[in-house]
Order: sequence, then C-alpha cells, then structure tokens
Amino acid sequence: MAKMKGAIVVDMERCKGCELCVGSCPTDVIRMAGEVNGKGYHFAYMEYPDNCTGCTNCAVVCPDGVITVYRVKED
Amino acid sequence: MDIKDIIKPENLVYKRTPLLTSNTLSYCPGCGHGTTHRVIMEVIEEMGIQADTIGIAPVGCSVLAYDFMDIDMVQAAHGRAPAVATGIKRTWPEKFVFSYQGDGDLAAIGTSETIHCCNRGESIVIIFINNGIYGMTGGQMAPTTLVGMKSSTSPYGRDVAFMGNPLKITELVAQLPGTCFVTRQAVHTPAAVRKTKKAVRMAFENQKANKGLSFIEVVSNCNSGWKMTPVAANKWMEENMFPFYPLGDMKVDGRIVSKELLSLAGVKTE
Ligand SMILES: Cc1ncc(C[n+]2csc(CCOP(=O)(O)OP(=O)(O)O)c2C)c(N)n1
Ligand code: SF4
Ligand code: SF4
Ligand code: SF4
Ligand SMILES: [Mg+2]
Repeated sequence: MAKMKGAIVVDMERCKGCELCVGSCPTDVIRMAGEVNGKGYHFAYMEYPDNCTGCTNCAVVCPDGVITVYRVKED
Repeated sequence: MDIKDIIKPENLVYKRTPLLTSNTLSYCPGCGHGTTHRVIMEVIEEMGIQADTIGIAPVGCSVLAYDFMDIDMVQAAHGRAPAVATGIKRTWPEKFVFSYQGDGDLAAIGTSETIHCCNRGESIVIIFINNGIYGMTGGQMAPTTLVGMKSSTSPYGRDVAFMGNPLKITELVAQLPGTCFVTRQAVHTPAAVRKTKKAVRMAFENQKANKGLSFIEVVSNCNSGWKMTPVAANKWMEENMFPFYPLGDMKVDGRIVSKELLSLAGVKTE
C-alpha cells in the first residue's frame, strides 16, 4: 500500500503556544520551540517531520487555525 | 521525500478557512472559542451561504466575534442575542441566522430570551459555549459552574446550600416543543471537533429546511478563568465537566433521543 507522507506549516507568528496540537498528533511529530515569537509564545514546529502522515488532526484542533497541512502518496 | 516536495499547492489538504478574517483571535491560548468559530465558518463556507448568513455576537469573551467571522454580524446587548436573531430572521426569513453565546450570556442574564426563543421555535441556530464561568469579566461563578468548582466568586468551590444548583439549560430546552435539534458537543480533540462540525452542519441544514430551532452546546475550556494550562484545562474538563454535562445528541428531528431525558419523562429505554 502506498504510504502517506505529510508536512505541516505552522504560522509561527500567530501560534499562541497552547500545545493542544502536540497531544493531538498520533505520530508524535510536534514539539514547542525553545525560542519565542514576536508575542512571546513558544511556537509549534515539526521536530520529527518524517513521522507526519498529513492526517490533519493538529490543524483541526488548533484553536487559532494556524496550521496548514499537505499530504502526498509515496510510492 | 523532501519536505519541499510535500509542501506544494497540489498537496494541500487543510488550510484555515477564508471565512475567518485575517485578524488574530483575541482569545487566550487554547481557548475553545477560536476552534468553534472556525468550525462554524467552515460549515458556512462548505454550504456556500457566506453572503446569506447573519450572526449575532453576545457579550462575553466572544463579543468581538464580528471581527473574526467574515459574514454579516450584529452584536447584541447581554443575553439578548436570541431576541435580535428572532427579529432578523422574521424580517428576512430567507437568510441563515445564528446566535453565538456564552453561558453567562445565554444561561444567566439571557435565560428568558433563550427559553422563549426555543419555545417559540424560531427557525434559527443557537451556538452555546459552556465553559462554566464568566470568562471575560474575570472568572466569576455562572449558573453553569459545577458543584464544588472554584471561581473568583466561589473561591472555596460552589456550595449548593448557599449558591444554588448548576443549571443544565440544554436539557431544559430539549424538552420544549419548539426545538428541533439539541445536542451537546466539545472541541478539545480532533474527533470532538469533527463531531461538532457535523452537528453545526445539521443545524444549518435544519434551518434551510425550516425545521425549527437547532441548539448546540459546546462544552469548552476557560483555561484562564480555571487557572490551568490549556492541556490541563481540557483534561479537567473531561474529568469534571463531561460527567455533569455528558456529550451527545438530546433531540434529533424533534424527537428526544437522550436516555436521561426519556427516563425523566417516564419512558422506558431498556
Ligand atoms: C448588562 C450587562 N451586565 C453585565 C455585564 C458584564 N459582563 C460582561 S461579560 C459577562 C459574562 C460573560 O460570560 P459568558 O457569557 O459565560 O462568556 P465567556 O466570556 O465565558 O465566553 C458579564 C457579566 C455587561 N457587559 N452587561
Ligand atoms: S498532520 Fe497529523 S501526523 Fe502530521 S503533524 Fe499534524 S497531527 Fe501529526
Ligand atoms: S494548537 Fe495551534 S496555537 Fe496551539 S501550539 Fe499548536 S499551532 Fe500553536
Ligand atoms: S478568558 Fe476564558 S473564555 Fe475568555 S478567551 Fe480566555 S480562556 Fe477563553
Ligand atoms: Mg462562560
């Protein structure tokens, strides 16, 4: 079966660092950055991008709607 | 595969709906208000009714909802959103009209407007964000505050003998003949968000078919008012709010489906 490869793009400046996306990811892709954005929030990023399947869970649960998701079939 | 080869327009599977404006939401990090706004806007986008939908914003943290939802909106006096919605819907029956209200707005100062609007069966949608507290004004006790729950005006926990019982207003409106669809949902997990979205879609489809009033409670967090991190607040909500405010449909197509309500009415379900 073709494997799904995904990637997310977090709008770093709009992320509020709530961390709800971290726990919603079934493949444990997301972590919070050590640095902060202009508003002083630690923002979410893909620490383990190879694990992302593009399932959209993180984007669906993000209260600020700052995650965009891409997915492609890998042969 | 390189990330650059994945992040391409043709591989896009989820992006923020354009029906949310580009304004940054005024809500605290992790607050369910933002998630619920997005779910409603996604449904309106999918139904293609952006130009025909009028929302009524409340008083409460979501008082500025009109800054975030790119549709026509009116902001009503505290608790009066169902009355304003009634007027707009009766003037423009072909429009989609919904109110968006917190628990202080809908179940305290606006109880009368809520009950009578539901009982009249106005053809509108009511979205009710229940976070068990007055979020905007600093976390005071609301009618929905749980027994024993701490708030700034019940610092030792809600004491029933002194402060009275919490109000399950959704169970109440489910029993009124004017309501068509009554459900209680949440937005704290991806699965819960997807279910809420289905419920919001059903509510707007009901309005399209003129079936009566649809009422959707969203049990939500107020992590600032509860004085917890967003993650801890959602866990606390699951452990404490959901047992008292169980999720699920109460009434579908005008028929009560909740076992709790049927047994209250003396109907045997087993
Ligand atoms: C007539 C009137 N009374 C009281 C207030 C003060 N007030 C503002 S918001 C609010 C309660 C909001 O709580 P809720 O509806 O639960 O919304 P939340 O902020 O929790 O989402 C109150 C009492 C007001 N603005 N107007
Ligand atoms: S899209 Fe799915 S797999 Fe990828 S980061 Fe988000 S939740 Fe994790
Ligand atoms: S859920 Fe959204 S706002 Fe919260 S940390 Fe993740 S990306 Fe940031
Ligand atoms: S005070 Fe509570 S309800 Fe208001 S935005 Fe903050 S978390 Fe949300
Ligand atoms: Mg509230």
